[in-house]
Formats: sequence, C-alpha cells, structure tokens
Amino acid sequence: MTEIGLGHYLTLGAIIFSIGIIGIFLNRKNIIVILMSIELILLAVNINLVSFSIFLGDLTGQVFTLFILTVAAAEAAIGLAIIVVYFRNSGTIRVEHIDELKG
Amino acid sequence: MIAHSIFFYTFSIIAIVSAIMVTASKNTVHSVFFLILDFISISCLFIMIGAEFLGMIMLIVYVGAVAVLFLFVVMMLNVAQQKNQWFSSEENSKHIPVGLIISTLIFVELIIVVGGWKYKPDLFDINNSLELAKVSNTHSLGQVLYTDYIHVFQISGMILLVAMIGAIVLTFRKRVGVKTQSYIKQISRERSDGVSVLNVESNKGVKIDD
Repeated sequence: MTEIGLGHYLTLGAIIFSIGIIGIFLNRKNIIVILMSIELILLAVNINLVSFSIFLGDLTGQVFTLFILTVAAAEAAIGLAIIVVYFRNSGTIRVEHIDELKG
Repeated sequence: MIAHSIFFYTFSIIAIVSAIMVTASKNTVHSVFFLILDFISISCLFIMIGAEFLGMIMLIVYVGAVAVLFLFVVMMLNVAQQKNQWFSSEENSKHIPVGLIISTLIFVELIIVVGGWKYKPDLFDINNSLELAKVSNTHSLGQVLYTDYIHVFQISGMILLVAMIGAIVLTFRKRVGVKTQSYIKQISRERSDGVSVLNVESNKGVKIDD
C-alpha cells in the first residue's frame, strides 16, 4: 500500500480512461463536454506512457507523450473550430439535435 | 517513501474527483475549470515521478493553451446556461446503463491486464539507476528528440501547421460592408498613378482634369 509502483499509475490511468468513456456516452446536452472527455482519455494514455517510460527506464514513452500532446492540441483546435462553425450555422450545439445525417 | 505515497494518493484522488466533475458538472464553465484542475494534478504526478519536462509541458500546453481555448469557446458560444443534466433528464435515461456497462467493462479489462502483469525481477532497478544518475530528464529527452525522432518531430510540426491553417479557414468569414485594405491594389500602385509634378506658371493655376 505504501510502496507506489507501476500498478498504481496504471490503475489511475484506467480510472481516468473509464471516466472519459462514461463522459462520452452519457453526455447528451453539450458537445464541448464530449471534447473534454476525449482530452481526459488522451490524458489517461499519457499517464500510462509516462509511467511505463519511467519504471522501465526507456525514454521512448516520454517522446511519444510529447507527440500525443501535439496531436491533442491540434485536435482540440480543429474540433472547437468545427463547433464554432456549426453553432454559427444552426444556433445550437446540443448533441441530440445534431442528427441531420440520420446516422 | 511514505511522502511519495501520500503525494501520489492526494494528487490522484484530486485527479479522479475532478475528472468525474468534468463529466457530471451542470455548468460547462465549471467543467472547464475542473479539466484545468485535472491537468494540474496529473502534471504534479508527472513531476513527482521524475518526468519533469513533460509535467511542465503539460502545464504550458494544456492549462495555458487548450483549456483557455475551451474556456474561450464556451464563453463565446454562450452555452454555459445550457444545463448539462444527463443524470436527471428522463429521455436520456436509456443511455445511462449502456454507458455505465461499457465503461465498467473496459475498466475491469484494464485492471485484469494490470493485475496479471508479470515483471521480470531485475527489470526496474538496472535501467533506472543508469538513466537517472547522469543527466537530467530534459537533457536526455532533448538528446533523443532531435536525433532519433527528428522526422517524427518535424511531422508533428506539420500537423500543428495544418491544424492552425484549418482552424483559420474553418472559422473565417467574409463580412460585407466593412472597409478593409486591399493589399494587391496598394502594392501594384505606381508612382505615375498617384503623383505628377507640374511646372505651374504664375497667375495661371492648374487645370485638374477629372
């Protein structure tokens, strides 16, 4: 219990990943919260990569965490731009109203 | 070692509670603030575990850029008043068991994977003592990043460029009735179009032909 090992960090990553999945599934009102849940999932992946990298003594995990950070920033920028354009066109970003494709 | 575990549990409990609050909070602005708190506590964990460069970069990129971008969009779209009440509305109640079941399944699978992980007995201590003794984390990351991963690094730069251009193109709109500079007209203007030097005789004046 007092010895913090790799398993503790992996469990923390798993918990945050599951919370992100819950956020994607259960959110029906606001698409921005879905984007934030995606950020949480990427954060959980980062926790796993960094903890493996530290505990195994291999720097590759941290390098790839850096690239995941880059891609997450780009994804947030593009996603928010799409949301802004959609809000300008339709006046709402409620998830249950975004069903024009009838998918 | 006891301080390490105390800090780990403190920061991870803060991270988990704020992650729950991100998805469950009624106000979107509060969700963004809890997301910021989550990033801060996770970056504290990174700094504590020894990846201090990534912790600082996460503070800069996520808290300084991404979360502020979220906050900006939330306030610009004025959706903070649209209540985010997935647990209290009845027409959405059919999504709740499905989401809970799937996420619990994923969580249980991840825990099974973590719990069934067998380590080699000499896996941890050999490499760690080698790495940590010589140079700092930032130094060693820089040594790897600009040599072995230079192509991946440049590709990530291209991704950022494409994202920047894409965001500008997506949100750009032409407004009508706004006076702006026309750069083409300004640059292609020549001296003969604008100014002409006249030799004016006295008491005659100048005839302006237009």
